Amino acid sequence: MNFVCGKSRFARLAVILVVAGIVLVAIGTATWAKVEIDITKGNVEPLPIAINHFGGDKIAQDIAAVVEADLRSSGLFKPIDKGAFIDKNNDPNARPRFEDWRVINAQALVNGRVSREADGRLKAEFRLWDVFAGGEMIGQQFFSDPNNWRRVAHIIADTIYKELTGEAGYFDSRVVFVDESGPKDARIKRLAIMDQDGANMRTLTQGNELVLTPRFSPTRQEVTYMSYEGGQPQVYLLQIETGRREIVGNFPGMTFAPRFSPDGQKIVMSLQQGGNANIYVMDLRSRNTTRLTSSSSIDTSPSFSPDGNKIVFESDRGGRQQLYVMNADGSSPERISFGTGRYSTPVWSPRGDLIAFTKQQGGKFLIGVMRADGKGERILTEGFHNEGPTWAPNGRVMMFFRDSPGANGGPKLYSIDLTGYHERQIRTPAFASDPAWSPLLN
Amino acid sequence: MLMAKSFLKSPAVLAIVVGLALAGCEANKKLPDNSGSLGLNGATPGSTQDFTVNVGDRVFFETDSASLTPTSRSTLDKQAQWLIRYPNHPVTVEGHADERGTREYNLALGARRAAATRDYLVSKGVQGNRMRTISYGKERPVAVCNDISCWSQNRRAITVLSAPTG
Repeated sequence: MNFVCGKSRFARLAVILVVAGIVLVAIGTATWAKVEIDITKGNVEPLPIAINHFGGDKIAQDIAAVVEADLRSSGLFKPIDKGAFIDKNNDPNARPRFEDWRVINAQALVNGRVSREADGRLKAEFRLWDVFAGGEMIGQQFFSDPNNWRRVAHIIADTIYKELTGEAGYFDSRVVFVDESGPKDARIKRLAIMDQDGANMRTLTQGNELVLTPRFSPTRQEVTYMSYEGGQPQVYLLQIETGRREIVGNFPGMTFAPRFSPDGQKIVMSLQQGGNANIYVMDLRSRNTTRLTSSSSIDTSPSFSPDGNKIVFESDRGGRQQLYVMNADGSSPERISFGTGRYSTPVWSPRGDLIAFTKQQGGKFLIGVMRADGKGERILTEGFHNEGPTWAPNGRVMMFFRDSPGANGGPKLYSIDLTGYHERQIRTPAFASDPAWSPLLN
Repeated sequence: MLMAKSFLKSPAVLAIVVGLALAGCEANKKLPDNSGSLGLNGATPGSTQDFTVNVGDRVFFETDSASLTPTSRSTLDKQAQWLIRYPNHPVTVEGHADERGTREYNLALGARRAAATRDYLVSKGVQGNRMRTISYGKERPVAVCNDISCWSQNRRAITVLSAPTG
């Protein structure tokens, strides 16, 4: 499932992608891109972009709307109101009247067209233009089962994002989380999955047992999570498509806080042993388990570095929760957090440069990031209760849950970009917690 | 102390309810008169109600701590005496945490509280193989208000009796 886009800017009509029945064809011509967003800075001014209509029928309007919503949600783009458009021609093969787009200050323009093939497949074409340079940036067309129209829209948005930022997108991805219903003292929790924008939500467990902390496999449609099924809380593995599930390992006590290794072949987790929690890793092929920590403390929330060489975790071995980094074999643990307060739930960025965490300080719960060496701490959001960050596949955006106090309070999901801007709520049907982002699907 | 009071209230209410239920049974079904064997508050000695009402099934902890307070030790001393006197109930010690912590740490903290409680009962002569422990972390609050009076009720270890064996 590699997105083998290659040098598509210079390609002419090359089939380069077949994913989930979605066939992508590049329709680009040689171009020179001038418009670009520098997202290495903090709060960048969002780029005014015109996303033209993709045709009159419902599915065309829906695809254009999802592309627009994706780009807007990143905070990096400001889609221009269609009412301001002068040039109404959406034909992706026609050269736009750039002066009409310059007048309304569109920096970039997306023209698209959605139609049906004789065999019933959906055909979606689009072309991205640099308005001020007057040149084409990229053009593609997709053939797909109409049921996959949302994925087609997300892939188009990812392509535009990548062209204009120089970095991979994250819109064609999903999130597993815990759906919460019922009163606070008798909550029913179900595993659930949805697209990153909150669409296509469905539950994966029935709510008969308490389930917590699902995490996506980086390589397969699998989730590891903790469940109280059978009365003994244990780490499980669930195949999303088949619903097949199994206990991970054969441990004599509670296992919890699971996460996959970057190659998807191992699960690292905590095992409770009396009053202590230690970190173990299990190889899913050989089923061998290895103990990585052995202190008389609570060692938990382990997370691999993307190269698989290191593990960050939290421990109260120094008296209160702090973050530590050790080698993947458990050797050389070193404390990396030294600020005031308690640090927990560390998660290594997919880019490897940053570690996101929850921090408790002054009665508040904060979400922050620090570099892998513990330096450069930045707090992104703070309040009554923010917990459990998870990274978008491109390492630019995080999702977390925010709980509200009192008997009627409950958690909801939020996303924020790593500069601390563009915080927004992800709409879910009920309360929701413990989000975990999937890798990019394409 | 406020929360200790409000907690003490509920077993009293429970005892009255139990008493009423028993009375109702007697009136309807003409059960043999066993009122002579009813203990304090109407609970049958050796019953789960007796344990909950007359001994106290739970102990409380300070924030982010699994240390047993003098009050907790006193309650657990009474639990141990009761459990030794009535040796046929299997026991599950549940550890819980309040909502002011992160989920995974609280699972371990609840387990640590359950282990401290179990270990103390063992030190007072309760057989270790009668007892299992389980942690619910912050997942099963009993009090849901947003202040310290609720959080302190949720930082608890509960000694839960199963139906007697043998």
